[in-house]
Amino acid sequence: MSDFVRNILRFAVFIFLQVYVLNKVPHLHRYITPYIYYLFILWLPFSISRQWLLVVGFLTGLVLDYFTMTPGLHAAACALIAYVRPFMINLLTPKDTSEFNYREPSPKAMQWTPYAVYVLVLTLLHHGYMVFLEWLNFGSFLGFIIKVVATTGISLLLIFTAELLFPRKMKFRTNTA
Amino acid sequence: MRNVFLFIRRYITFFTFLFLQAVALWFLFSYNRFHRAKFLGLANEVTGRINTQYNKVEDYFSLKDENKRVHRLNDSLLNLLRTNFLKRDTTVTMVKDSLPYDTAGHYRRYIFRPATVVYNTVNSQKNFIQLNRGAAHGIRDNMAVINSDGSVVGVVVNVSPNFSQVMSLLHVQNSVSASLKKSGDFGTAEWDGKDPGYIWLKRIPKTVQVAKGDTVLTSPVSFNFPPGFMVGTVTDIQLDNTTGMYLLKLKTSANFFNLQQVHVVENVERDEQIRLFEETRKKIDEAKKKPN
Repeated sequence: MSDFVRNILRFAVFIFLQVYVLNKVPHLHRYITPYIYYLFILWLPFSISRQWLLVVGFLTGLVLDYFTMTPGLHAAACALIAYVRPFMINLLTPKDTSEFNYREPSPKAMQWTPYAVYVLVLTLLHHGYMVFLEWLNFGSFLGFIIKVVATTGISLLLIFTAELLFPRKMKFRTNTA
Repeated sequence: MRNVFLFIRRYITFFTFLFLQAVALWFLFSYNRFHRAKFLGLANEVTGRINTQYNKVEDYFSLKDENKRVHRLNDSLLNLLRTNFLKRDTTVTMVKDSLPYDTAGHYRRYIFRPATVVYNTVNSQKNFIQLNRGAAHGIRDNMAVINSDGSVVGVVVNVSPNFSQVMSLLHVQNSVSASLKKSGDFGTAEWDGKDPGYIWLKRIPKTVQVAKGDTVLTSPVSFNFPPGFMVGTVTDIQLDNTTGMYLLKLKTSANFFNLQQVHVVENVERDEQIRLFEETRKKIDEAKKKPN
């Protein structure tokens, strides 16, 4: 399966999972909404250009927005994490894109600790920005903080569960080949 | 000028990012202000289709509750039917009692109550149905039971505080007064204990025109059943030579294999009707015994 087809399928799965499962489960609490769809952006290949990454991230958010009827909300947050992602990867694993032995960010490709930091920071950014935009319309500051923390917690739980339950089969690439 | 272009080229990613942020925020805030999202018409077409497919599946999980809601609504509507009320002759002075009137002087005759079937058989000769409503909910003996689609199911024969036992139409001792919709002639619907899909309508005189497919309704002369509810349709016409009457085979309107939600119908004036009936009989019979 080519990267392109694989990512299109993954996109569909993540959006449907978010819209029809996670947005449908009874709310655990008014501050907690489980999010996992942006893992699609975190899993995009290393080799994708920064321009495309931004566009893809924006469109991912926008598609979800049209399902949840909040046009722009998720799109803004997704564009932000798509913009920050290359910096994070550079910071945590200072390598050139061609030096990676795997195609996509994963615990295997980046080691567990850098990968965990990568997920944590981008999750926090995504939720922080999104809840901030919501908060501009209504809500209190304390509610804002609690919501960011709680939503980040539940999302991290979901992402690491997904990471452990569905280890992605990836080819080991070498530069010599 | 060259430097400006170089600058833009150098920070093109950042500018793209700013541009996309601007677009997203424009979408967001224009939506919040006018509640009319950009490209929402097109997006709605797509998400609507997907949501419809999803709903088709999801609806199955709520069918039971939905069914109950519809049944409850049906019940409230049945209680408003015009046949439930009688117009009393206003030239005669009336004694009012606590029975509900409507403003036009109509007098309530039938009250419908919803109930759910909790037990049901069809393969015995004496089939009974159990309902989840009993004396505590106002159910009493001899109330009629009709299905959620308005077809006849049976008559209550016994009640406990929370449940009631219904003699099904598929009980060899059951007999329901029924009439042909076309001519209004009435006979008695009974079951011969053989096929749970069919019952017999007896005592229809030979002179009446009957055709296959005719509808049979509950008759207006029954003490238990409100008039005009479906019993079945004629599927076979036979002539009983010993009595000179028709024997009509009816396909039952109610499907007794999957009864779920039913209505229990109370005839408010039944007690009075029965008392009058009994007293009349006693009076005439005793009069006969007296020597002239």
